[in-house]
Amino acid sequence: MNARLALEASAARLVGRLSRAAGRGGGTTLPGKLVWKLDPGALDALAARLPQGVALVSATNGKTTTTAMASSILSGSRRLAWNHSGANLASGITSTLLAADGAELGLLEVDEFVLPEVMRRTSPRVVCLGNLFRDQLDRYGELEHVAERWREAVAALASGATLVANADDPPVAALAEGRERTLLFGVDDPRRARGGLQHAADSKYCVGCGHPYVYDAAYVGHLGDYRCEACGHARPALDLAAAEIEPQGLDGVSFTLHAPHGSARVRLAVPGLYNVYNALAAASLSLALGATLDEVAAGLERFRAAFGRFERFTAGERGVLLLLIKNPAGANEALRTLEEGGVPPTLVVALNDRIADGRDVSWIWDVDFEPVLERAGRIVVSGERAAELALRFTYAGFPRDRLELVHDLEHALDRGLELTPAGGELAVLPTYTAMLELRAIATARGLTRPYWEGVAAP
Amino acid sequence: MILRVGHLYPEYLNIYADRGNIAVFVRRAAARGHELRVEEVTLGTPLRPGAHDLLYVGGGQDREQAMIAPDLAARREAIRAAVDGGAALLAVCGGYQLLGRGYRGRDGSWLEGAGLFPHETVAGETRMIGDVLLESALPEAPGRTIAGFENHAGRTVLDPGAEALGRVVAGYGNDGSSRLEGCRVGRAFGTYLHGPLLPRNPWLADLLLSWAVAHATRGAPEALAPLADELEAEAHAVAAGRARSRGGRPA
Repeated sequence: MNARLALEASAARLVGRLSRAAGRGGGTTLPGKLVWKLDPGALDALAARLPQGVALVSATNGKTTTTAMASSILSGSRRLAWNHSGANLASGITSTLLAADGAELGLLEVDEFVLPEVMRRTSPRVVCLGNLFRDQLDRYGELEHVAERWREAVAALASGATLVANADDPPVAALAEGRERTLLFGVDDPRRARGGLQHAADSKYCVGCGHPYVYDAAYVGHLGDYRCEACGHARPALDLAAAEIEPQGLDGVSFTLHAPHGSARVRLAVPGLYNVYNALAAASLSLALGATLDEVAAGLERFRAAFGRFERFTAGERGVLLLLIKNPAGANEALRTLEEGGVPPTLVVALNDRIADGRDVSWIWDVDFEPVLERAGRIVVSGERAAELALRFTYAGFPRDRLELVHDLEHALDRGLELTPAGGELAVLPTYTAMLELRAIATARGLTRPYWEGVAAP
Repeated sequence: MILRVGHLYPEYLNIYADRGNIAVFVRRAAARGHELRVEEVTLGTPLRPGAHDLLYVGGGQDREQAMIAPDLAARREAIRAAVDGGAALLAVCGGYQLLGRGYRGRDGSWLEGAGLFPHETVAGETRMIGDVLLESALPEAPGRTIAGFENHAGRTVLDPGAEALGRVVAGYGNDGSSRLEGCRVGRAFGTYLHGPLLPRNPWLADLLLSWAVAHATRGAPEALAPLADELEAEAHAVAAGRARSRGGRPA
């Protein structure tokens, strides 16, 4: 490490310790914010000191879980610099690399908007691109805008780097066209397909000619086996595929992983088809980094829920299931998983509207809450925009007398637990900042470990 | 009574929760004993004269909007005839732009609109994004406020003498400088406000519904019976507060 970087690093570590000592959360991004402000080039130098290089993961949905799954696979044989708390902006990544003395490999989830800059600065060995859904239009702009930034970034990626991409997502798969080193993954089990595209499906039109795609199977949002009848553009051949997918309620899902050099049966301890996609992304990324298929299967089986994403904890005689919701596609999958696994009688749904949640709350109207509303007994709505949720649910026909507004999150959690019978489980669906606050409450009560200790670590 | 709604291009124009506005129409009509029949009007579907009491046009991503713009522009006469015939219309965001004379892109390109609203839109360098609060400019609703969220690169300039939907209390509005928002022609409104617009501004939904009823009965508009609207009032108050504390600042 050069002298300037060493000085910056030690100053930054001190800031992190002060931040934690002052009770200001994990201090995960403060040191990086400082260094990033003083010297953005520090990120280049920090990445360059990792002997096995850097792997980056980005997507609208699933980047935290994918990265946590990859960590579960890779951490046995490598020391990782991994931003497990989800601090995925340049400052958070700088913090992670600063704190990871002695790490061999950088395993980093990256915000989709800052991905181009992080790719430029860290010269990654592998870049894994999971999906693009509409998300926080007030911050990211239209999906097409993010896709265009990704196209430019991928065009500038060194030819020796491997691009891992989701073949089932048309604009993402298109990024691999014409590249040599690519690994494409997708789902291959038409039995698990949906009847059709969902209300809020994005990217319904051919990336080549604009004609609507025909789906032989639509799995999650617009992800699936698509083809264009006008120009012939279609899902590319899969290097990795998930087949024979068997859901196991809310407890998990198993599938056969077909990889270039063999197949393995994998049982995930988290449910949902979207987690099968996350597992495929993590498997592809890990294989690209030299992991064996056995390591991949074992790592995926060891994996437990990532930070706030299908995380479970116990509160006395009741269980709590924490399910982050942050955009229509992600929320739809969380809800579909609940619906298939059995909707708990009581739900707490919490909507905040800070920058990290999206200030524009209109997205809740694009979420297909209806099937869960039909089965839910009582719903407690909470957060800064609780009234908007109440309107969303009552205009969908949910009875007003089974809906409660409890603005304070801690009170809402307690009210939800009160409404849940002993031995039962309460489902809590918060947006990002509400999730952070609820986890902090749970941690303060000794129900979960604080996030900077690494919830998803094996 | 049956109210016939024509929802234009729902497959293409649905970016800002447009179905929330439709859900509000459906449920508030039902609360007054009316049944809403929503018909999809999309590429290639005719817009039959007199077939709808209420038309709805939402917003889309640029790519989707470009796909339907020529089809919408070609319906110029049909849309004008519907509004002249007393049908109600609500257009939000992209639909609001495309119902004007046209849209001038950054590259100088011209996207022809349907020409219902007397305005033109020019693409700006930055997007105007944030919470908005308006004071109604409608003679039917003096003193009312409208709270929503805006996210648009287009600067929409009303012709001199054109009627706006409201005056901007907080936020950017049509163009970030005129302090006007939206446009009104007869029983047709266009606005940049989503959020969606109607759940937290239910009086606006009721006004449009009363016009749709008048169209269906060929009678004069009568105010609908009031509903409790406590949740709506709270959501409105929170959104209005957001606009005052963090809405865009016009030039």
